[in-house]
Amino acid sequence: MTQVVTSRTNPSSLPDERGHFGAFGGRFVAETLMRPLDELNAAYRKYLQSPEFLAELDRDLAHFVGRPSPLYFAERWSQHVGGARIYLKREDLNHTGAHKINNTVGQALLAKRMGKTRIIAETGAGQHGVASATVAARLGMECVVYMGAEDIKRQAINVYRMRMMGADVVSVESGSKTLKDALNEALRDWVTNVDNTFYIIGTVAGPHPYPLMVREFQTVIGRETRQQIQQLEGRLPDALVACVGGGSNAIGLFHPFIDDAGVALYGVEGGGDGIETGRHAAPLCAGRSGVLHGNRTYLMEDRDGQIIETHSISAGLDYPGVGPEHAWLKDSGRATYVAITDTEALAAFHNLTRTEGIMPALESSHALAYAAKLAATMDKDKIIVVNLSGRGDKDIHTIAELEGIKV
Amino acid sequence: MSRIKQCFSDLKSQRKKALIPFITAGDPQPGVTVGLMHAMVTAGADLLELGVPFSDPMADGPVIQAACERALRHHVTLHNVLDMVRDFRRDDIKTPVILMGYLNPIEAWGYAAFAQAAAAAGVDGVLTVDMPPEEAGEFTAAMNAAAIDTIFLLAPTSDDSRMQRVSEVASGFIYYVSFKGVTGANRLDVSSVATKLSELRHYTKLPVGVGFGIRDAETAGQVAGIADAVVVGSALVQQIAELAERPEVIPAALAVTIAELRAGIDKAV
Repeated sequence: MTQVVTSRTNPSSLPDERGHFGAFGGRFVAETLMRPLDELNAAYRKYLQSPEFLAELDRDLAHFVGRPSPLYFAERWSQHVGGARIYLKREDLNHTGAHKINNTVGQALLAKRMGKTRIIAETGAGQHGVASATVAARLGMECVVYMGAEDIKRQAINVYRMRMMGADVVSVESGSKTLKDALNEALRDWVTNVDNTFYIIGTVAGPHPYPLMVREFQTVIGRETRQQIQQLEGRLPDALVACVGGGSNAIGLFHPFIDDAGVALYGVEGGGDGIETGRHAAPLCAGRSGVLHGNRTYLMEDRDGQIIETHSISAGLDYPGVGPEHAWLKDSGRATYVAITDTEALAAFHNLTRTEGIMPALESSHALAYAAKLAATMDKDKIIVVNLSGRGDKDIHTIAELEGIKV
Repeated sequence: MSRIKQCFSDLKSQRKKALIPFITAGDPQPGVTVGLMHAMVTAGADLLELGVPFSDPMADGPVIQAACERALRHHVTLHNVLDMVRDFRRDDIKTPVILMGYLNPIEAWGYAAFAQAAAAAGVDGVLTVDMPPEEAGEFTAAMNAAAIDTIFLLAPTSDDSRMQRVSEVASGFIYYVSFKGVTGANRLDVSSVATKLSELRHYTKLPVGVGFGIRDAETAGQVAGIADAVVVGSALVQQIAELAERPEVIPAALAVTIAELRAGIDKAV
């Protein structure tokens, strides 16, 4: 068995001690949560220095999650695209089928060490909810998952999976009844039950220390990739491509490469019907700076500062904000953010499925679609790594329905 | 002297405690708000808290969430809320008006430009729920430069260092959140609030208002015994919700409730 990478070097000094990535990030919450966030930050910093905690985390990543995930050369797909050699980081092969479990395993171990008995989580497509319910079942903790009423309708199978694992899935009827409203409701629960409850946020957003903590638990993706590509190709890749909703799989892949100027970073947002239509989920490409859900970042908002509804074929990208580190990476020029439309993502889904026998999640299909465009402009000796953040089984009904097929 | 300071100073000399009703601006429709503000003052309110509707009111329970949604259906913006205050000021230059809401609408306007517009409209204080003192440097500077008080929250989870930090940056008064939870929940425990307020008095000379969970004359009276101001929100907003189809009766109906709360407070002091 390949050894799980354990070195946890930090190539970037951000965020600062109050969670700021330049102008972004920070901690914008009601007073009641300020001290609990201080306590969380202190516990996180303490256990990240603890060899026993890190050993337990690595054991869980190896034996429960199934890490390391392979770095797979998609040879036929690369030929089909024509251009650079494309590798896929196979997060779809993790337990529960996506990268989300890397983070929930870490946060749940922290929750247990902090003496919390109850876990809450928000979920959009249901992947983070499933990953939270999974770790709660394993550790014997109570679990409540908040999910927008609209998303519950769209993702019935994930709702059933969570309930089978003993989680209480609460339907959120306020606002637009989607992921952002589920996050609001989870924050309301946390402020009410903060003494015994640990809130597992599923992405690199929210108040400090969440963007830092979730990044740390997801950088296992990038650390493995670095080692694997060195073994396979003897050098670092020329470009990394990942989809960005909140942005946790992208940060997980990008972060260990941030100081490598020769590695280009591309984040791919949900372009929906196209940026020009206004019906999309691309705050980095077409939004502006604001404050929501505890951090300052790029948001989809109207001119009066009200948050507006997003549109993407992929429920996991359907969020009006984005992790503050991505906002900083965009403004600093270190990473480039682009949008892929629903139609382009669907085409990439089919292409990969047909040429490689790998069915990607619709979220990851956005990254694949952009990687294909990028590869076509590059020489054959160039290397691209795409984060295949999740598997596509959960999306089969969505795709069948779009194509008028009854499953 | 600012209107807020003057108000608390007058109340002190009359040995009275302040009643601060909260309503969401533009709920259930924009035309109701200014008349309702006057009616509440006539019935015994000392200061007014006007909620700025926001699409994602994370610290509010279902009653005030629904009020935001009703107002937003009429596209009530922060600009409209300032228009309402300006309108109110034509007939009332004495009663302090505090805007309560979330940061993003102010962030979208720009701190300094908003502060000037708000001051010109007659706003006296601003309370942004999701803006703790740690992030508020630029914000308080902009507000205070326009002579607008920055009101901050304290909560049962606030320890001594937080009470001290908030006391250093707050002006007007301090708003103590009576329990861990969202607006409108029913968890008020007056004796634990009293303990916390006596600790807080070591750090600040500002008046202290208490809100969350005060629903009737009896609980208002209990809180008036320990605080300088009593904030009542969800109970009033619930009444507005029930009368949403008959907006013309809302001012008179809320005036009755305000008068009861007033009596409860005055009896207890």
